[in-house]
Amino acid sequence: MKALFSRSRVIILAGYLAVIVVAPLVSQKGYWLSLLCQIGIATIFALSFNMLLGQTGLLSFGHAVYFGLGAFATIHLLRAVHEHSWGFPVTLLPFAGGVAGLLFGVAFGYVMTRRAGTTFAMISLGIGEMVAASSLMFPAFFGGEGGVSSNRVTKASWFGITYGSPLQMYYLIAGWAFLCSVGIYALTDTPLGRLANAVRDNPERAEFIGYDPRWVRYLMVALAGFFAGVAGGLTALNYEIVTAETLNAGTSGIVIMMAFVGGIGFFHGPIIGAALITVLQIAVAGVTEAWPFYFGLLFTALVLYAPGGIAGIFAEHRRLYDAGQLGRAMREYLVAAVPFALCAVGLVTLVEMAYALANTTEPGSAPLHVFGLTLNAAQPLGWAPPAIAVAAGGALLRAVFRRIAGRRETLPAALRRRQA
Amino acid sequence: MIAPALRLGKVHKSFGRTEIIRGVDLVVQERERHAIIGPNGAGKSTLFNLISARFPVSSGVIELKGADVTGLRPFEIYRLGLSRSFQISNIFHNLSVFDNVRCAVLWSLGYRYSFWHRLSGLREAGDRADLIIEAIGLSRRRATHAALLSYAEQRALEIGITIAGGAEVILLDEPTAGMSHSETEEAVALIRRVTDGKTLVMVEHDMSVVFGLADRISVLVHGQIIATGSPAEIRQNPAVREAYLGTGFADA
Repeated sequence: MKALFSRSRVIILAGYLAVIVVAPLVSQKGYWLSLLCQIGIATIFALSFNMLLGQTGLLSFGHAVYFGLGAFATIHLLRAVHEHSWGFPVTLLPFAGGVAGLLFGVAFGYVMTRRAGTTFAMISLGIGEMVAASSLMFPAFFGGEGGVSSNRVTKASWFGITYGSPLQMYYLIAGWAFLCSVGIYALTDTPLGRLANAVRDNPERAEFIGYDPRWVRYLMVALAGFFAGVAGGLTALNYEIVTAETLNAGTSGIVIMMAFVGGIGFFHGPIIGAALITVLQIAVAGVTEAWPFYFGLLFTALVLYAPGGIAGIFAEHRRLYDAGQLGRAMREYLVAAVPFALCAVGLVTLVEMAYALANTTEPGSAPLHVFGLTLNAAQPLGWAPPAIAVAAGGALLRAVFRRIAGRRETLPAALRRRQA
Repeated sequence: MIAPALRLGKVHKSFGRTEIIRGVDLVVQERERHAIIGPNGAGKSTLFNLISARFPVSSGVIELKGADVTGLRPFEIYRLGLSRSFQISNIFHNLSVFDNVRCAVLWSLGYRYSFWHRLSGLREAGDRADLIIEAIGLSRRRATHAALLSYAEQRALEIGITIAGGAEVILLDEPTAGMSHSETEEAVALIRRVTDGKTLVMVEHDMSVVFGLADRISVLVHGQIIATGSPAEIRQNPAVREAYLGTGFADA
């Protein structure tokens, strides 16, 4: 049992638990709590997605199917609880969502897992579209455009906890998020979990050590479906309404971004991604209507320059620290910050100008306010300064990064020297 | 009479209209070390792929310890006690050496697809993996990612994965391909060690390896076995000498 309760693991678990418990006390504002609730749900969903992508090598374009169907199952069960005055506790309703996700994973997984790679991705896309389309075809179950709503406060309660208050709802989500993360993590340290990695790396060889890769994928899809369904169940309780949006391609796309931005090669990557993207969605969307553009830009830049995601960036800097080069790296970043800021300011200005121009109704005038300045996007000459800033900043940034990259090459050597 | 470890009867294999294997009959007795040699393009690797069910046979029968295994899937044949290695290292690149080998012992220990056992708590699996890693001489590389191993180390790991599950019949496809002379010597010693008491079938180009290791040799030419016998018999066989004419076979 030594390894199970190793010191570092206890510290990480205790820290995780402490963050979850203390987080709602940081601010009394209502949106803070609702943000935390969304992060908690997104965390489970993204971890579930990464059981497939990061651990088994299966890229699913339809992971929202299990999330959404779990949500619908939960809301219908909640309605039934009200209708028949059942004693089913609300605390356990997300489990019902999980069971629904599991069952759909069992059903769809059977068709999806015959092949990995592109075939799997395409079939997952097809099933996603099919389920999204059926949500409009069967309004009795999916509630049509208005969705299905209910009330999470039922007559049955444990110890008087009714989840009537947002704080109680938060702790319900937090509790499930904690249990699910621990569960998904525990799964990585099982024969199936390791074989999933083996099948990801080399499905053919897995066949020659006694394993049917399809069966490994199938089990992983079913289990991932369970956790996605739990997340869906929590979303149903959180909003008390479920619409077709929860199972459409947009939701499937967001979870891919969360996992990628956070880092699919690390267990904690999707947690970081879920938190960051949820915050960005809410924070940036309030500032500019061009937020999907910036979002796409961030995603592209990360996939291009930091394929390991944010967790990968952390890991790299830990290596720098181990090699005693973190200080130098920080100084280099300070130098790089100037051209980066120039480039970014120029780019944001250009994007905002384009949006202002597109949205103006008056010819010759498209006023906008960026960085404390008032500009007129309708004047062609006004485009020159930001364009120059982007070009100059970009060129400088390139030069700086070349120098940094040159030094990084020698990192393994420095690491060895230090260890010796 | 005890059934042979492996028996092939009238095995044919065609790709499209090209017949690669043209009626192979082969019997390998238990605990025998059997080498399959032949010129390039004779179909040796294809024959291995048929025996291990990587490809289905076009016709014919394959028996493992007397049981008909024709048409089974690779993992089913593995479970019946036949394990193979690959000519081009076929390993799990993003897993450590230890995990590569541990994955290969899990099925034989009965853990199958379990997601209710804690892997790091399975002492038996860990100990057995470590024994194999020691046997293939990779103890110092235990925690290294397989992708970062040298070529010869990857070849050793390839053999380690193959033997880890304790299969009784081992197929090695050119285990010393691309190795230097000293690496080859080490590999031969390793193969001798880890296949002790087992049935070994190997495809090999290096004649010194073949004649040093094999109890019996079969010569495959144009998809047919033209001779089977002891190393001495094969060396004297005129048909074999003709097939290898000008390739330095006689000097081996």
